[in-house]
Amino acid sequence: MEKIKELDPKNRIDHMTYLPDMEVIDSDLDKRVVKAMNEYDYTLFTENDVLAALEKDVLSPRDFQALLSPAAEPLLEQIARRAQRETRKHFGNSVMMFTPVYIANYCENLCVYCGFNRHNKIRRAKLDFDEMEREFEAIAKTGLQEVLILTGESRKGSDVRYIGEACGLARKYFKVIGLEVYPMNSDEYKYLHECGADYVTVFQETYNSDKYETLHLAGHKRIWPYRFNAQERAVLGGMRGVGFAALLGLDDFRKDGFATGYHAYLLQQKYPHAEIAISCPRLRPIINNDKINPKDVHERQLLQVICAYRLFLPFASITISTRESNVFRKHVISIAATKISAGVSTGIGGHIEGEEAKGDAQFKINDGASVDDVYREIEEMGMQPVMSDYIYV
Amino acid sequence: MKDTWKLGDYEFTSRFILGSGKYSLDLIKAAVENAGAQIITLALRRAATGNVANILDYIPKGVTLLPNTSGARNADEAVRIARLAREVGCGDFIKIECIRDSKYLLPDNYETAKATEILAKEGFVVMPYMYPDLNAARDMANAGAACIMPLGAPIGTNKGLATKEFIKILIDEIDLPVIVDAGIGKPSQACEAMEMGAAAVMANTAIATAGDVPAMAEAFKHAITAGRAAYLAGTGRVLETGAAASSPLTGFLAD
Repeated sequence: MEKIKELDPKNRIDHMTYLPDMEVIDSDLDKRVVKAMNEYDYTLFTENDVLAALEKDVLSPRDFQALLSPAAEPLLEQIARRAQRETRKHFGNSVMMFTPVYIANYCENLCVYCGFNRHNKIRRAKLDFDEMEREFEAIAKTGLQEVLILTGESRKGSDVRYIGEACGLARKYFKVIGLEVYPMNSDEYKYLHECGADYVTVFQETYNSDKYETLHLAGHKRIWPYRFNAQERAVLGGMRGVGFAALLGLDDFRKDGFATGYHAYLLQQKYPHAEIAISCPRLRPIINNDKINPKDVHERQLLQVICAYRLFLPFASITISTRESNVFRKHVISIAATKISAGVSTGIGGHIEGEEAKGDAQFKINDGASVDDVYREIEEMGMQPVMSDYIYV
Repeated sequence: MKDTWKLGDYEFTSRFILGSGKYSLDLIKAAVENAGAQIITLALRRAATGNVANILDYIPKGVTLLPNTSGARNADEAVRIARLAREVGCGDFIKIECIRDSKYLLPDNYETAKATEILAKEGFVVMPYMYPDLNAARDMANAGAACIMPLGAPIGTNKGLATKEFIKILIDEIDLPVIVDAGIGKPSQACEAMEMGAAAVMANTAIATAGDVPAMAEAFKHAITAGRAAYLAGTGRVLETGAAASSPLTGFLAD
């Protein structure tokens, strides 16, 4: 393995200072989220705080904190029942289906837990537009109408124009286009919106910037505040909806869970029209690193976090990841999650039957169920699969 | 004489408008039949174009489709969605939903009035979903709305007629059918809206989240019919608290 100079902290750039090409917007959301997160002491909450939160119609940030605290764990059954009611009120029995499409895995960052990081020896690839079209065709045949386009985070490997053209092509096959790519400036989001994308998801990974610094050693991604403000720039660029997530298990999951929900809450307050989405990833094993395991956040804690998101942000879309087991996913969509992926391949060009993926996958998935399987399973849970609930205007 | 009501040039006997969202597609037919509904709403954005289950295929023939503009955040977007609905064959009815608050989903009356004006001129039967505000309702009426659809409570909350007093004012003052939409959680609340003189009731979540969807659709039908019958019968004199005072206030009158 080549020598990685950033393993020595003195060779790393300052993770709190914007790089020259990064747009600065007028926002104090980062300061407010960090302040509230730092003041959040979950050991102070009692069972009574949790029960009081469950009595309320509209939950305050403090109620959200109570639901994320250890005091809430013994009350999980009650919390899940309330979460289910809330989900039904807002979404009925609808469950949205989508699939992620990885169009490139070039990455310029050095994130120690990620299979795409620039020093990991994997097969790198980027779909050309013919390959991409065949990939979209194969996905469209399964009946899906929503895709989430992903790239590794490399402006050089996958520039904004390349992503824009991918969106334009995807619009021919799908009604809903979401993006999970590197954070960019608002004019770039505006361009991608005009190309047909309307949703942007950025995982903050962890809201603890000190911890973040030790995990994201190099590249654009290292700049914590620029990443934090990505959703706001996306909204300013005209995107209809924005997605938030912390990678649970990287740091204290209760604090990260709180910061994720509070970040989304503050953004919706500032931009009331913005649609909010939350993802709930836990760490998964990756290629070439046996130490990465989702051992701190068990299913019980994960469900607690998901239910807390639902109760604090009843209107938000919540996506359940293929990182989770089939049984967990199936049950969570009947309680709190409203969106599920299907027919997932995290490799590059992995959707065409009979062909090997062109590039390696980001992480191992747990539930490899096909679109038909997932569709049937949703129905078996008494729910209604929905391929699109969206119109591009 | 048959008790009918009109939207534009179209006449209806059923006063129950059913929603089609939030429940399983294969229950729509039974729900419509049990509800005796002649109008069903449909979010255009839910209407699929692909090769999988399309909600349009599950709606019984002969029922009037009422597409809505959900997803529109302003008048311009509502107008575009309405035109699209007409293009794909959903007819001339349009329920305008202009919502720029993703948390409570409260309608924006100002944008709704603007969209109403444009679409009415284009020949749509415009049914604006609105917050029950008298001034805005007058604007909608002047702009060519075929009815007005005030909300009873925030959508999906099943809280009933939280805005009762304001809906009452609309019923008294606006010379168009008033359809109570959103928030109705129980048949008794639908009944109350009809007793007040609403022309019709629209409900979705209350039925969609019921244990037995078709059975709840039927319960609503009966409640709406009962409320309407009560309104037509004329509710009796209701005494205020306590008996009449023993020495009358007007006892001093001499000649």
